[in-house]
This record gives sequence, C-alpha cells and structure tokens, in this order.
Amino acid sequence: MDEVVKVGMADWKITTHPGTLMTLGLGSCVGICIYETKKKIIGMAHVMLPDSLAVRSNSNRAKFADTAIPDMVDAMVLAGAERKNLTAKIAGGAQMFAYTSNSDIMRVGARNADASRDTLRTLRIALIADDTGGTYGRTIEFESTNGALMIKTIGHGVHYL
Amino acid sequence: MSTAGFETLSSFQMDVLKEVGNIGAGNAATALAKMLNKKIDMKVPKIMVMQFSEVGELLGEAEEMVVGILLGVQGDMHGSIMFVLDMDATKLMVNMMFVKPLDTALEFDDMTRSAIQELGNILAGSYLSALSTLTNMNIMPDVPSLAIDMAGAVMSVPAIMQAKASDTVLYIENEFIDGKNKILGDLFLIPDEDSYAVMMKALGVG
Repeated sequence: MDEVVKVGMADWKITTHPGTLMTLGLGSCVGICIYETKKKIIGMAHVMLPDSLAVRSNSNRAKFADTAIPDMVDAMVLAGAERKNLTAKIAGGAQMFAYTSNSDIMRVGARNADASRDTLRTLRIALIADDTGGTYGRTIEFESTNGALMIKTIGHGVHYL
Repeated sequence: MSTAGFETLSSFQMDVLKEVGNIGAGNAATALAKMLNKKIDMKVPKIMVMQFSEVGELLGEAEEMVVGILLGVQGDMHGSIMFVLDMDATKLMVNMMFVKPLDTALEFDDMTRSAIQELGNILAGSYLSALSTLTNMNIMPDVPSLAIDMAGAVMSVPAIMQAKASDTVLYIENEFIDGKNKILGDLFLIPDEDSYAVMMKALGVG
C-alpha cells in the first residue's frame, strides 16, 4: 500500500517505507528531499525564502531554507535515521515572471537554491542531484523505495533524478 | 498599531478592503464592457485571507495550467498586484478581444500574450483606481509580466512576496458574467512591508 503525503508551502514532512512525499506546482520555492539510504526514511521540505535572519516575521521555521532543513533532519534522526546515510536532492527555484519591479523577488528562486545547497553543506549531507532554475513550475514526487525523485512539468517533460 | 500580516485584520478592516474590491470590480466590469463592446455583469467579489499551505489549490488543482499577470504598484504606496485566470476564462477573454468564436483554441503567440497583458493593465487599473479614490493616494501600475504555468507555481510568487511579513495572502475572488459565460479570476493585493501600514492608515483603518 503506497501512501502519498502532500507537502504544502512553508512545510516539511517525513515518512518511512513504503511512503511517498509530493509537492504540487513548485515555482520559486525549493523542494529539498533527503533520503536515508539504509532505513528508507525520507523527508521533503518546501521552503519559500532563503534566510530566516534577514526577515522580521521568522517564527514559522518551515518557511526558510536555513531553519527548515536542520529541523527536518533532526526529525529524521529522531525517527531512526543515521546522519552518515543521508543524501539530498533539490528541485524548484524557478523564476516564474520575466520581469517584476520588485528586485528582491526576481532572484528569489536562485537564492532559495543557493541557501539550500549551503545549508546541506553545513550539515554535511551530500547533494547528489540538483534540478533548479529555469522559468517553469515543477511537481515533485519522492519515493522511499529507492530515493527516486520524479519531476513533472508543463512543456518540459517528466524525468527522474 | 499595525503589523503587515493579513491574519490580524479586524472585521471592520475586512469590510473596508471589501469595499475596495467592490468598487474595483465595478470599474473592471465597466472597462471590460467598453473594450469588448458587450454588457458585462459582475458578482459581488469575495475577499479572502488564506494560509500559504492552501494557496496552490485556490483555482482548483495546483498542477492545473493558469495564467498569472503580475504588475508592480508605484506612487504613494509600493507593492504588487497579480491576477490569476484559469484557462477557460483566458480563452473566453482573448477570443472576445479578437472577435473570434468563443471556443477557438488558445495559442500563446505574441498577439495573445500582448492581449493578456492589456487585460492585466485594464484590470489592475480598475482596482488601483478604486484604491486610489478611497485613499486619496496616487497609485499606478507598471508594466505587466506574464507567467503561464502550474497554478501552485504561479501563485507561489505573491505568497513569497508576502512571506517576509506574514503567513497568509489576501486575495479577491471575482466573477464577471457575459450572458451565460462566467469569467472567474483571483486578484492578489501585495503591499510591500512598509506600505501595508500606509495603505491601512489611508483607508482610515490603520
């Protein structure tokens, strides 16, 4: 029985085998998917902004790359994951609009992806696949069976990382 | 006292924003009627505050293709305004603009894209002039930008803009009617962090 759990904006979830985690329609947000290779525990975070320290309203830690990822990793460890067995894949971080007068929002996708990579590096988790950037949305589905990440788009096909 | 989070709005503040929505939708119906040379009716728009986690599913499924038109707001307040139209509404409007049979399939060529941008100009102008009238502020939209993609991905943009200040977005659900054809669209109002207080104060509810 495959259980599919949806992860909304500014949220993260973890699950065990045979569960699947998914996020529908990632835009400039980034989906960070972490896999425990031995125990098949998976986690997916859906972050909106890179840096909690740059923002006044930062009580929702799941909103930011620098706080959501460590919180999720802690929860995975608590569920039995071993840190040395963790690998990561990230997707999203697109620029949905070609132009906006709000320069902050123009590069937010790229900054979210950078912050996610930096946070994973700090946590010493190997980033083994990266499908970020572009100008299109992505739906992602992360399987606990083998850690495969399916990426679906409109007009840019379906592929696996 | 004023924070930039829509979750703290009082029912009185909501009523005032609703009035902005009403007048804006009225202006928009008039402008659309003029442009299309048709009688366009409207329903009273609904104003909503929604948590980020639910945003993707606003117009239906998060993976469904929608059209987003984003415009910056300049003048006495700063921020952005975004319209989201589903494919049925977009097809209907574009075909009406080009005086084509209403079921003609949409092709997103340059002509169609500029027609949609023009639609964005008209709708944004309608709502901003309502806001301008009620606040006595000088507010203008700048150049519209388009995104045609998954609903969740398009709507993540206003959510991210709002995310620095709050965990919610404010939007106005519109319904315009041409005979038996319904045109559904959502309008996101996204004042910059500092402009939120300016706007509420100018509306007399800050």
